[in-house]
Amino acid sequence: MNIHEYQAKDILRNEGVPIPPGEVASTPEQVEAIAKQYGGTVVVKAQVHAGGRGKAGGVKLAKNPAEAKEIAKSILALHIKGLPVLKVLVTPAADIAAEAYVGIILDRASKKPVFMVSPAGGIDIEEVAAKTPEKILKLPIDTRYGLQPYQASRLGFFLFDDVKKVRAAAKIMMQLYSAFMKSGCSLAEINPLVTTPAGDVVALDAKMVIDDNELDRLPAIAAMRDESAEESSEVMARNANLTFIKLDGDVGCVVNGAGLAMATMDLVKYYGGEPANFLDIGGSSNPEKVVNALKIITADKNVKAILFNIFGGITRTDDVANGIVTATKQSPLQVPIVIRLTGTNEEIAMKILQENGFSASSDMDEAVKKAVELAKGGKAA
Amino acid sequence: MSVFLDDKSTVIVQGITGRDGSFHAKQMMEYGTKIVAGVTPGKGGQKFEGTVPIFNTVADAMAATNANTTVIYVPPMFAADAILEAADAGVKLIVAITEGVPVLDMTRVYPFVKEKGARLIGPNCPGLITPGKSKVGIIPGRICTPGSIGVVSRSGTLTYEVVYQLTRAGLGQSTCVGIGGDPINGTNFIDCLAAFEADPQTKAVAMMGEIGGTDEQEAAEFVKQHMKKPVVGFIAGQTAPPGRRMGHAGAIISGSSGTAAEKIQSFEAAGMGVAKRPMDFVELLKARM
Repeated sequence: MNIHEYQAKDILRNEGVPIPPGEVASTPEQVEAIAKQYGGTVVVKAQVHAGGRGKAGGVKLAKNPAEAKEIAKSILALHIKGLPVLKVLVTPAADIAAEAYVGIILDRASKKPVFMVSPAGGIDIEEVAAKTPEKILKLPIDTRYGLQPYQASRLGFFLFDDVKKVRAAAKIMMQLYSAFMKSGCSLAEINPLVTTPAGDVVALDAKMVIDDNELDRLPAIAAMRDESAEESSEVMARNANLTFIKLDGDVGCVVNGAGLAMATMDLVKYYGGEPANFLDIGGSSNPEKVVNALKIITADKNVKAILFNIFGGITRTDDVANGIVTATKQSPLQVPIVIRLTGTNEEIAMKILQENGFSASSDMDEAVKKAVELAKGGKAA
Repeated sequence: MSVFLDDKSTVIVQGITGRDGSFHAKQMMEYGTKIVAGVTPGKGGQKFEGTVPIFNTVADAMAATNANTTVIYVPPMFAADAILEAADAGVKLIVAITEGVPVLDMTRVYPFVKEKGARLIGPNCPGLITPGKSKVGIIPGRICTPGSIGVVSRSGTLTYEVVYQLTRAGLGQSTCVGIGGDPINGTNFIDCLAAFEADPQTKAVAMMGEIGGTDEQEAAEFVKQHMKKPVVGFIAGQTAPPGRRMGHAGAIISGSSGTAAEKIQSFEAAGMGVAKRPMDFVELLKARM
């Protein structure tokens, strides 16, 4: 789960990380009022779950409240990577002497959270990693012991020479690590971590990604979810316990299991089609899940054909067949459907489908080919 | 022969009275797996299906049965504890089926299991099966048949799909291992490839990977350096949109973005067969055996 910058900053402030004040607004008038209250130059920052905000024009300086209002109007009208900007964060502009990068990422290879710090912070940390890897220090942390003070200090010395700044940075490392663990993060970043001309070390931006598997035991974090900032079909899918990602193609896919779902999308592409989505109905399916899956798929106007690919293990294929029948009785399909079912209770499933006027096959290759052809035919018509 | 699991394996089921645990315990018993004990705290002294003794703790179950394998079906928030308990009690093969285990929990579990000298498979995996001998987990027994293909995969249903096609084409399996798709899991491709290379029954290996991480690339390098037996690989997610799972720091840390193209390239560089579709395994394996 992604959370907004202002939410990540709230979490870090609670840990004691020095962060300039900021307020969230959703109208230009509110932004103007906040800018008045702060006085001086402010930064208006789009709060949206997409990277590259700055490059997309979502982060701007305003010298006075009137300019802040105008800038807010333009930012709140933006779509960044397809997502509308509904909120902005307003914060006083800081004096920056230098920018560093500090992040923690859950790393598959070392099977540990890994600290990653660089004195070359700012926008393009990827480029720093690619061109000057010596400017990045990576430090894996054993979570059974946690981040030790000597490690925090080593990270600090990699960023700064001045001992006072090193101590300040080391303290921030400890606070960031604490927030990372308590909030169930898979990623936590401060970029930039700046030094001011006065010598203070301050976090100007924060990003956190939460491991979805943590949300059941972290209700306060789970409550930070902002559904208005997500694709509406993905919100609907999640609330129905389905894993769904919308894509741009026209073959709607309903599959059980993530690996098979991806392989199905790949096969659609292999035969010259374009998948409209990734949709995994999961292990123990019940008919209701299938009904919801069909609702989500048919709501996408780009879908020209629907493809079911179910390999029944835990999933009972008769449950899926019943779901298809129920859903299409509630709202008849406007596009053709191709059904591939095999595995647990296959004979019962085939019978249910036949009795209700559906044909189904047990061959994946054949089914995918047919769905791609039907989607193309639909386009021409 | 086979890898990790054979007809002598004795198995504990942690969470044997739960909905999933009880259903699959029965399925495993029907398949012929030697289920010697169940564990459900508070139900010690009872019997499952009138035959399998239930214990309150894994330590009690081990004292009574000295099993060498355990399979875990407990809810996600308790899975880490169940794995730690099994490793601490001296179980050598721990198979965690549970989906949805917090990844940070696994950062504590993984080094502990290693230090105890146990092998963990999973979490979030379908388990493993040595056809005709034993199954531990949830892989449907009827799609498998004994033979000489070793199967290793990060996914569940995709494994079933491929195994089913192998079986229909007369290519039986030595052992099928589902290692699970979570970012941190106990057993990786290389562990399984090394075991298949050493196993006399296995003549060739089918390997199903996914986008994300660098496990497949490392496995390809292992194939190139250490394997004499032919390996055919497939990568799911060739059309998946990039960047939907993790921010850029993930890509930086591993020095690679873990794309399908990159992984397929590493397979080719290692001289492996590359299945473009799941149905291509049969032909590619036959051509190499």
